[in-house]
Amino acid sequence: MTTPEKPLRLVRRAGDLMDRTVESLRSSGQMERRDFLRLGSLALGGALLSACNSQGPKWADGWLKTAEKQNEKVERWLLSHDKINRGAPGAMLAGDKFPSYFISPTVPLWDYNTGPWFLEIGGAVKKPVTVSLMDLMALKSRRQRVEHFCVEGWSAVEILTGALMTEVARRVEPTSDANYVDFVSFDKNYHESWDIESALHPQTIVAYAKEDVLLSPAYGAPARIHSPIKLGYKNTKYLTKIMFMPERNGGYWSDIGYEWYGGT
Amino acid sequence: MNSPVGKRKARHHPIVRLTHWVSALALLIMGASGLRIFNAYPAFARKGEYFGWWPWEGQPIAANLTFGAWLGGARHWHFAMMWVLVANAVVYVGFLFLHGEWRSLRPVRGDFRDALEMTKFYLYLRPKHPVQDSKHNALQKNTYLVMLLAGVMAVVSGLAIWKPVSLGWITTLMGGYALARWWHFLAMLILATLTIIHVIMVFAVDPYAIRAMTTGGYDEDRFSPEARNARPFVHLLPAEAASSAIAVTDAAALRTEAEK
Repeated sequence: MTTPEKPLRLVRRAGDLMDRTVESLRSSGQMERRDFLRLGSLALGGALLSACNSQGPKWADGWLKTAEKQNEKVERWLLSHDKINRGAPGAMLAGDKFPSYFISPTVPLWDYNTGPWFLEIGGAVKKPVTVSLMDLMALKSRRQRVEHFCVEGWSAVEILTGALMTEVARRVEPTSDANYVDFVSFDKNYHESWDIESALHPQTIVAYAKEDVLLSPAYGAPARIHSPIKLGYKNTKYLTKIMFMPERNGGYWSDIGYEWYGGT
Repeated sequence: MNSPVGKRKARHHPIVRLTHWVSALALLIMGASGLRIFNAYPAFARKGEYFGWWPWEGQPIAANLTFGAWLGGARHWHFAMMWVLVANAVVYVGFLFLHGEWRSLRPVRGDFRDALEMTKFYLYLRPKHPVQDSKHNALQKNTYLVMLLAGVMAVVSGLAIWKPVSLGWITTLMGGYALARWWHFLAMLILATLTIIHVIMVFAVDPYAIRAMTTGGYDEDRFSPEARNARPFVHLLPAEAASSAIAVTDAAALRTEAEK
């Protein structure tokens, strides 16, 4: 996650030098249009070569941002609550080969010295609640075999059990302006906000068990949000808060520069 | 200049020239940013599974061949440029159909035989360049058709990777997410290989094609590989150059003869 400015600056400087040389040769009559074009194509080739492994020119940033916004529209249009992921029928369960990650230096563990774990569900809702793990497990749940898609390109199949987000929303009654949902964790400042349509997808669950065993700390104990409809990084682990919101508020990886939408 | 006016029409329609260079740029950026994305997980297996791609499974691509600097940056480029690539392809294919140029790419019986004849010519197994009835020789024609099909394959498998749930039916069609990535990679390999061969052949056989594909100028009778009987790396000069050189020596020989 670097922003290599240096190679870009070099490319620009080399381009400037080339421009000046060619221009002086041209005005002194030492160069024909054809040679100019030939040199120009050499310069272009050189610029392309030095563009290797760079982030691309700065002037393209606006265009890339626009593309991301338009892509989000397309993705939201493609999103359907009828599209269910069945977890790659025939594929192996990843089991303990399922990668685990967190941003704290060590596995985040709920500190029970500060009191029992509760999940706060609030924000733009009529009936905010705070629920214990037992309360959560009493809600209408779903046990699903799903394929989890990581932004890096790998996928892994697992069986997750958890309370339906639609059920959670039904209990707290989001207000009509609740367009987004923020999933907040106790893994440092990790959080990710979602569009409400994805949050209310029938496969979006507040998961507390993986392969019928309560989540272990490596996989986000005591509870995490999970939906195959979002890329892995959007699925906050070590959940502490579910906040309904009128506006989006970014997220840990989204703020670093990955797409905010992160849908599948 | 010395050929009839009717023959001096541009070899490629401006739309073909424009879409050629747009797709060159788009393919370059799609390829390089795709390799950067690939490097985030340079393998195909699902976690806990095995993918028979030995010895390359897990081998990253050299950073110098990638573009985007980091996974997020490469993804932004990839997902922006994909629209350019597709829009450009729609314009090009639309043009092919509206102007009847699809005929020059349509596979017909005898393509294989013609390609074999071209290969024989390049290998000095036949003296004369095979006669061409379109602007492409059989090897070119087959290459460009395969590139178009590989492009379709890249787009379809790309959709399967981009939206494996929302467009899950495409992912299923591709044999699942892991295989969709593999098809996508294979499409890239085909496109990259044929593009590299294409560029080499432009310089080695038909450098006049560069002008034909940019400003459009082209003199079929002097420059076409058929007229020059051009094999890779030889016979790069215009068609009459060789014969006029002979004429000059002949005239000189005659003069010497006369002086005697």
